[in-house]
Order: sequence, then structure tokens, then C-alpha cells
Amino acid sequence: MKQIGEPILTADRITLAFGGVTALNAISFGIRRHEILAMIGPNGAGKTSMLNVINGFYHPQAGTITWKGETRRRMRPYHAAAQGIARTFQNVALFKGMTTLDNIMTGRLLHMRRNFLWQAIHFGPAEQEELAHRARVERIIDFLEIQAIRKTPVGRLPYGLQKRVELGRALAMEPELLLLDEPMAGMNVEEKEDMCRFILDVSDEFGTTIALIEHDMGVVMDISDRVIVLDYGRKIADGPPDEVRSSPEVIAAYLGEER
Amino acid sequence: MTVDVLAPVQERQAGSAHTDRGGADTFPKLLLEHARVRPQRPANREKDYGIWQSWNWAEVAAEVEALACGLAAGGFRRGDKLAIIGDNRPRLYWAIAAAQALGGVPVPIYQDAIADEMAFVLDHAEVRFAVAEDQEQVDKLTEIRGRCPLLERVIFSDPRGMRHYDQPWLEDYAKAQERGRAFARTEPGFFGREIAKGRGGDTAIILYTSGTTGQPKGVVLSFDNIIGCATNAIAFEGLTDREEVLAYLPMAWIGEHIFSYAQAYCAGFCASCPESQATVMLDLRELGPTYFFAPPRIFESILTQVMIRMEDAGWVKRRLFRFFLDVARRIGPRLLARERVAVADRLLYRLGDLLVYGPLKNTLGFSRIRVAYTAGEAIGPDLFTFYRSLGINLKQLYGMTESSVFLCIQKHGAVKPDTVGAPIEGVEIRITEDGEVLFKSPGAFQCYYKNPEATAAAKRRDGWVHTGDSGFFDADGQLKILDRARDVGRLQGGAVFAPKFIENKLKFFPWIKEAVVFGDGRPFVAAFINIDLEAVGDWAERRNIAYASYQELAAEGAVYDLVQDCVERVNRGLAVEPTLAPSQIRRFLILHKELDADDGELTRTRKVRRRIIADRYEPLVAALYSGNATGRITTEITFEDGRKGQMRAELAIRDMDTGLPPAEPVPLRRAG
Repeated sequence: MKQIGEPILTADRITLAFGGVTALNAISFGIRRHEILAMIGPNGAGKTSMLNVINGFYHPQAGTITWKGETRRRMRPYHAAAQGIARTFQNVALFKGMTTLDNIMTGRLLHMRRNFLWQAIHFGPAEQEELAHRARVERIIDFLEIQAIRKTPVGRLPYGLQKRVELGRALAMEPELLLLDEPMAGMNVEEKEDMCRFILDVSDEFGTTIALIEHDMGVVMDISDRVIVLDYGRKIADGPPDEVRSSPEVIAAYLGEER
Repeated sequence: MTVDVLAPVQERQAGSAHTDRGGADTFPKLLLEHARVRPQRPANREKDYGIWQSWNWAEVAAEVEALACGLAAGGFRRGDKLAIIGDNRPRLYWAIAAAQALGGVPVPIYQDAIADEMAFVLDHAEVRFAVAEDQEQVDKLTEIRGRCPLLERVIFSDPRGMRHYDQPWLEDYAKAQERGRAFARTEPGFFGREIAKGRGGDTAIILYTSGTTGQPKGVVLSFDNIIGCATNAIAFEGLTDREEVLAYLPMAWIGEHIFSYAQAYCAGFCASCPESQATVMLDLRELGPTYFFAPPRIFESILTQVMIRMEDAGWVKRRLFRFFLDVARRIGPRLLARERVAVADRLLYRLGDLLVYGPLKNTLGFSRIRVAYTAGEAIGPDLFTFYRSLGINLKQLYGMTESSVFLCIQKHGAVKPDTVGAPIEGVEIRITEDGEVLFKSPGAFQCYYKNPEATAAAKRRDGWVHTGDSGFFDADGQLKILDRARDVGRLQGGAVFAPKFIENKLKFFPWIKEAVVFGDGRPFVAAFINIDLEAVGDWAERRNIAYASYQELAAEGAVYDLVQDCVERVNRGLAVEPTLAPSQIRRFLILHKELDADDGELTRTRKVRRRIIADRYEPLVAALYSGNATGRITTEITFEDGRKGQMRAELAIRDMDTGLPPAEPVPLRRAG
């Protein structure tokens, strides 16, 4: 059984504003090692902004992010990637003309040690290295059951499969923290069930910590260990799914207040 | 001794057919024989993690020994049944050999069987041990375990997702093998001794047939049955230990068992498992099998894919493809039958091979095929000719679980699209007065497991096995299968009337979607036709024939002419056979509506419900047999939204001239 541990990442009073709009208002929370954390909230609540702050896309005006005990100041997405934070996007962001295999291979780039010249010669150590990476990628292809589309250009795949490939690329980075932005948006029921299983399996088999944004409440309640609810840039609830579901404030945010 | 053994081996490896099994009368004995004689030759492959992983015969023997000993250590005794559930995986094939080595009986179960069906088989076969592929199958077994009290232990092959399963009756395949290796160390020679106890008359396997009516029946086959039949067919086709097969059809199906297990063990060739069900076509291409089986629907879907992709190709390629395909149709089958062909034609075909057929076969993975079979249902002559014209040696065969498959196979140079060939060596076939096919064969099954009534009904005391199929021998001595015997009727004149056979012939034309023929107890054969809206619509558009609905198009005179041409060609084909000549279609009409499963006229799997159609369209049937030039009908139809409405129509009836000379109905017949 997986053991949920100490916080691996702590957000402390994060405030982010675009001009006059406050997207995030002094939000604090932690992501614990090995847990599946869901972030929910109505449209425009600041969920994606929060993910963007975590992986260095946005820089908050106030507040700090502490990653594995190290408080960071300004940081770029590639720093986050190098430190073991991978993500997928709300709108699939793959290289459409490249095959599934090549797309997932790009996830290994950070782990490649040989320089550009070696790679170009593609002989000896560089070849050995590529073989090792290919083997890793094949494990992921097997894990996600996408063998049949290994050599298919991603642009030709249906949306649900593209999402799966994107997850594959994120996994190829062997991240400690995986950020999933609406991994099930636009999927049919069967695709959603598959994706749920993969997310649970990732958590189970690799022990990866996962933070995800999702709108489908059934999914959220089923798979997450903990739920954070955002509303207009504020955090209004934080706890196990059952507790959050019965919180009056959350009900009000979703269904409107009784008058 | 080594010299004696090696000499014939080199001969075999040079590519000669062989049926010498070194006296081995069971599969485990054959396994040991191969491990000794050709230890380094590949025995199994599986595509995994993007690479073809392979095991040679020596390795397979070691894997099987480890599993067998693991089973024995877990309490598996002689006579015990081992259920095997999952996709084609080397590990599951090894489980078959392991059970047989211990004197047990493997019972493969269809991997897509629902829990209830699985429970029936497990319970009926008194299964104590099972090998399951993965979590999905283990979950099914967990669900039904309460109903199968005898089931003691389940070994699973793929540990994925099984981390939290801590039931004591579950065991990892690798762990079971580990235990087996430890067991083998304490009892050296155990494996060999157990194998030596096996006899050819022992039960090799029980295969449950998916009965369309009632509960499935367990067909018991002995080693002698399967090995005898498999070796006869190997000799017939000249198969060697260099063949490559793709093991991709369900393991519980007799055909798969024969092609990928029995024949592989008898001839010593390699069976390769695809990466997953979804990658079969890709793996087929990579592997390039030399020996291949597929039911007609698979050949059909491959052809459809080719045609669709050709439509997307550029102008030059399309022209080239069409031109050389016509050349192939004309010349290919004759070349394959080793007939005399003019030099110019030969050169043209060679050019076509270079430009079109070769690359196409390579893309499909058919480049190396020496023998390909299709069976199970009727195959359209166009479809069949397409593959043969490319130079692929596609043939038909006839057989069933009860006969360990091979009863009839088409010979080289005697291949026709509508027969199933002549009986192979050792097989006797007799047709009863009623037209039912009976056989005697070394492959004839022992019995239906724990079902003496069914056994007695199928396998009579005189040794003849009743197939339930209706058929006859044509002028060349090839067997033609018409239909299931219970569906075959008689015309008033006493001639055999096989509706499905005639309907299939009609449906092979692209214009005809469905056909229903009448004739049982009637003076002649008459037919209802459903046109294919897409194909005929396209045809009509190209001829500037305007139509607003299916009903209008179906009533069009030109469409009647088109269908009449099809019927005429079917009639000419029927006229060739004295048995079938009386079954020529005398009158037909084109129905004003499409037969539909929503109206109960078809089953959900698109089989016509003859009786319901005859009832509903009774006035039209009466008109067909009355001599009127038209028939009137009012039908109730169900709209998509569930409302009902009435549809009135007056339909034209066409009379056919059945006195036409029995000309060649399809070009391919010349190949025979």
C-alpha cells in the first residue's frame, strides 16, 4: 500500500494578479508525497493559474513555493522540469507531426547526458544511451497500452488517445510530482474510466505524487485522496473527498447561495 | 546415435517436409525431442516492449518444466484439469504443455467469455487449477469462485495491478516456476518420468464449443487424434520446421490450437504471439508468416483497408493499381495453379509484381506466405480471387472441433472459391440420403465430456461422425458445404434446397445487401432482394438516375436490370451442379424497404429471420408463386423515434429464364 507522507511541496500565501484581476488570493496548501490531490472549482476560480505557478509559468506577486524543503524565488518551467515536476496541458500540447514514440521520447530529453555532437554521430555511448531510453519509453507504452499507435503520427489520433500520449510524455520524465490539467476533458465515459485507471496505476506502481484539476465530480471523488476547492482565487475547502462534498461553502459555490 | 539423429535433421533444415516424430506420441514428448534435436531453433516469440522476444526449444522445455513442477508442487495430479484463460501468450501455451506433461488436461477458455459462461465450463470440467493472463481474468475468476468450489489455485501471468491481491489461492506465474525449480532440484528426473507415463491414447485437451443453442459441449480429443491429424496436414502441405505462424486467434478455438500449438510441436516450427489484439495487423507485417489462417471477415477487412487507402493515393498510383489488378485477376490464379500462360502475360505479371503486388503483399505481411487458409463461412469469389491473383496461395479447408480440424483441404491446382476441397489422407467422407456430411478420421473426437447423449447423437456406433452440415461432392470430387442440415429443405420436386448457400451467392455481389430465398415445399425458388443503398446509389448517380428514397431507387427499372444480371449469374453457377440446378431462382422482386433488426427482420448480428419475413411479407410471397406481374403489400414500419407507420407499395416481379446454359459464373473457376 502506498503511504501518504510529508508535504513534498508547500505553497504559502500565493497571490497572483493580472492587472486589476486577482487570480489567486493568498492561497496556502501542501501537496503530500504519494497522494492524489484534486483541485476543483468553478470556471475562472484560478485552478490552472495555480498549476502554472507551481511549475514556474507564472510568478506570483507575493508568497512562496517550497519544493522538497527548498524555497524558490523566480523560477522557469525548465527548472521545475529538471527538479522533477512534469505536467500535461488542458489543451493537448504535443508535436502533432511526430509519432507517439517520438513524442514520448522527448520526455526523456532531460535525462540524456550526451551532448548534441554525440547524438548527431549516434555511435557508441550515444547509441547505448538511446537504447536505454527507448527501453524506458517502451515500458511506458506498455503501461499505457498504446502499442498499436507507437508509430502513428499524433495528429491523426483521436483526442482521448492524444491525452494518453501526453500523459506518457510526462511519465517519461520520471517526475516526482505530476501535474494534470483536466486530464479527462472531452472524453467519453469509457476513455474517462481508462484514464482514471491509469492515474491510479501511476500513483500505485511508480509512487508518483499527483495534483490534478478536474471538472467531473464523480472522477474527483473516486480517485483523489484529498480535494482542494478554489473559488474566485480563494481556497474555500481542503480535505478528504467526503468532507469536502458536504461542506456548505462548497455547495454554495457550486449551486449558488440560498436566498 | 547422434549421427543417426543429425542426418535427417540437416535434411529437414534444408527445407524438406517431415512427419517423422521420433516415436513421440504426446506433445510433451515432442517438446523434449525438439529440445534435443533443434535446441537453438526458435519455438516461441512474443512482441513485448516493442521488440520480438524469443525462446528457443531448449528454453521452452525449461520453462514448461519449471511450470509443470510448480503445478505438481502445488498439488496438481494426473487427470486434473488446468483451465487456461487469456490472449495468446507464450506463457499460456507453455501452460498447455505443462498440464499435458503431468498427465493433466488443459481446458482453454475463451478470454472474452463472460463470468457466467466461464463458471459453467470451470464447473462442468471440474477444474482445480487455472492459469489466467492478467488482472481482468483474475477478477472474473474471483467473481465466480463461489460457484466453482473445486477451483483451488489460480496462477496469473501478468502481475500488473495485482499488487493488492493477497488472496492465498492466487500465485504469480514466475513464483510458481520458482517453486517448480526448487521442486525439480529435490526430485531430479521427475519431469521426464511424468512425461514418459503419457500415452497417445490419453486425453490431450478438452475444448468447449460455443454452442449457439444450449450449453457449450466439451469436446475431448486425444493425442492420437490431434497429432495424427496435424501430421497428415503437415505432410499434405509439405510444412517444415522453418515455418512462421502468428498465433492471434482465441486459444480456446480448435483452429488456433492446431495451427499454433499442435502443428508447431509436430513440425518444430515457431509460433509468434502479437503484442496485443490491437496490434495484430502491424505484427503480421513485421513477422511475415509463411503459414497463415484467417476467417473470411479478416480477409475482407484487409481488402477494404487497401481499397480505402488506394482511393486516397495519387492519380498515377491509382491508375497503376487498377491496371495491374486487372492483369492479376486475369493471370494470377492461372500462374498459381501452374497452368500454361503466354510469355507476354508472364512478363506483364512479373512487372506488376515488381510495381504493385510485391509492395502490397509486403505492406500486408503476406510476402512470405506459402500456404494460407480460410474457413468457417462462405468466402466471396471476388475476395478469394483478389488474394489468389496477387500470388497468395489462399485455400479453403473444412473441419471442426470434433474432427481436430482437417477433413478436407484444397489441393494445389484445384482451388475453387465455393468448395472446401477433397478429403485428405486418412479421412473418409460420406453423404447421407438427406445430404448430411458424415466422416471417419483419425482426428474424430473421443466424446463430449460428461455428455453421453450428445456423444451418441453425433458419433454413431458404426464409427461415422455426424457433422450436422449439409453438402455434396461436385464433379471434381471436391466437397461443397451448403448449410447447416436443419436449415436445408426440399423443393416440391424433391431436389435439395439450401437457402443460405443461394443467399450467400447473391450477397457476394456489391449491389445486393440482403437476400431471402423461398423454396422449401414449393415448386421453384423465388427471392426477395434488398439492394445496397450506397453501392447502387453511387451506381445510379453515375448514370444520372434520379431518386429520392430507397423505395424509389429499388423500384427503378434499371436497378431491376442490374439485379437481374446478378441473379442470372447466380443461376448459371447453380446450373453447373446437377444437385443445385433445380434451385435456380425463377422469380424475384426487390423489396421496397430495407430489412431491419429494429423491425425484427434481422437478428442483431444481421442474419435474416426467414420465418418472420415470410409471415410479414406473406402477400408478396404469394404473388411470387401466383404468376402475377406485381405484388401489393402494406407493411408496418417503426421509425427511428419509435413511432409506427404504414407503408404501401406495389412491387414489380421479374421472371427469370432458367434454361440458360450453365456458363462459368466467375472467372476463377477456370483456375480449377
